[in-house]
Amino acid sequence: MDGIHDVGGMHGLGRTMTPHQGPPFAEPWEGKAFALGALAGRLTGANLHAFRHAIERVAPAEYLSGYYSRWLLGAQNLLTDSGIVSSEEIAARAARLSGREADEPPSPEPNKPTMASGGPGNLRTLESPPAFAVGDAVRTQNLHPVGHTRLPRYVRRRVGTITAVQPAQVFPDHAAHFLGEDPQHVYSVEFSSAELWGPGAEPFSLTIDLFEPYLERAE
Amino acid sequence: MTAAQEHIDPALRVEALMSLLTERGLIDQATVENLIKTYEESVGPMNGATVVARAWTDPEYRARLLADGTAAIAEMGYKGPQGEHIVVLENTPAVHNIVVCTLCSCYPWPVLGLPPSWYKDPAYRARIVREPRRVLAEFGLDLDPGVSVKVFDSSSEVRYMVLPERPEGTDQLTAEELAALVTRDAMVGVAKVTTP
Repeated sequence: MDGIHDVGGMHGLGRTMTPHQGPPFAEPWEGKAFALGALAGRLTGANLHAFRHAIERVAPAEYLSGYYSRWLLGAQNLLTDSGIVSSEEIAARAARLSGREADEPPSPEPNKPTMASGGPGNLRTLESPPAFAVGDAVRTQNLHPVGHTRLPRYVRRRVGTITAVQPAQVFPDHAAHFLGEDPQHVYSVEFSSAELWGPGAEPFSLTIDLFEPYLERAE
Repeated sequence: MTAAQEHIDPALRVEALMSLLTERGLIDQATVENLIKTYEESVGPMNGATVVARAWTDPEYRARLLADGTAAIAEMGYKGPQGEHIVVLENTPAVHNIVVCTLCSCYPWPVLGLPPSWYKDPAYRARIVREPRRVLAEFGLDLDPGVSVKVFDSSSEVRYMVLPERPEGTDQLTAEELAALVTRDAMVGVAKVTTP
């Protein structure tokens, strides 16, 4: 989806934070939010790709309000999608925990997704050979799916060069929607900064790992 | 729009969710606390620093690490979530590699732990793929114009870790002493390793 999460190259997001040391969780609730997200897949029958998409679906203002806020709302999206808890139950429980009266609505009917798994993790072995080889010129497709994708906007319709063939992997665009693993070959594709950002760009190269369905051969 | 995302303070939202899930027997306190403790204490950039220090002091290990990062890192006992396939990028006087995940915040957990706040910040994710030299200069790292800058956007399950350059004047140091110099920032590629 062309959402708030797809920030590569965007202007106007403010100054970059200077790297600094700090604990993994700035406040105790962040650690609990992390744990809830980490456990949400098992509780809901979802997968990593569905979790990423659940975070992408968080409303933009909430998305930008902080990492563990969006992570927590993403976990909540998975839990409500699967009928483990409802948003109304969460709102009512939050009200009661803060000392207000609230009727607790009945729990929803669980509705967990089912999708056959080809094994643990996301790396898979494919019998079909990769369509592209190191050194090939490829063009990224002009895809704008309404669902999950790992082809960011800033590399669409661009010409780059394959620099590595990576292990084949579960296809996020399908797995996030429980349509099946549909494993695909994955390639590291290198783009020049001028191809991405025009002739005034800083000199550098950008490498990104892209799934075969995102690519076509370039002349 | 999904979920009734009317504003509830996140600390309260967590408590509401934990309370509902606990009373249904779906999660328990011990599991939650273990997860938090693991990433607070056991899995963090000290793991990656140990890998880097060994690569600096053991040429055969360095070669294995650059050829098959996942296996060489597993040799040191580091594996787990977000580490299915780790590629190690070697920084040299001529090439400077930097890692980002523009679409979320993918990061090599087994070697670096959970990502720091600045790495997850939309501004870093937006700018580092567009003006990396300027961002690094703001961070205090001015790269010579002759150095090739290579930015890696982690968009699949491949995870990247930078093998920084060993600083000069450290020939006498042990691997343990070297590991103490290696920072998280250097293993993401936004800093160099320096001596005190």
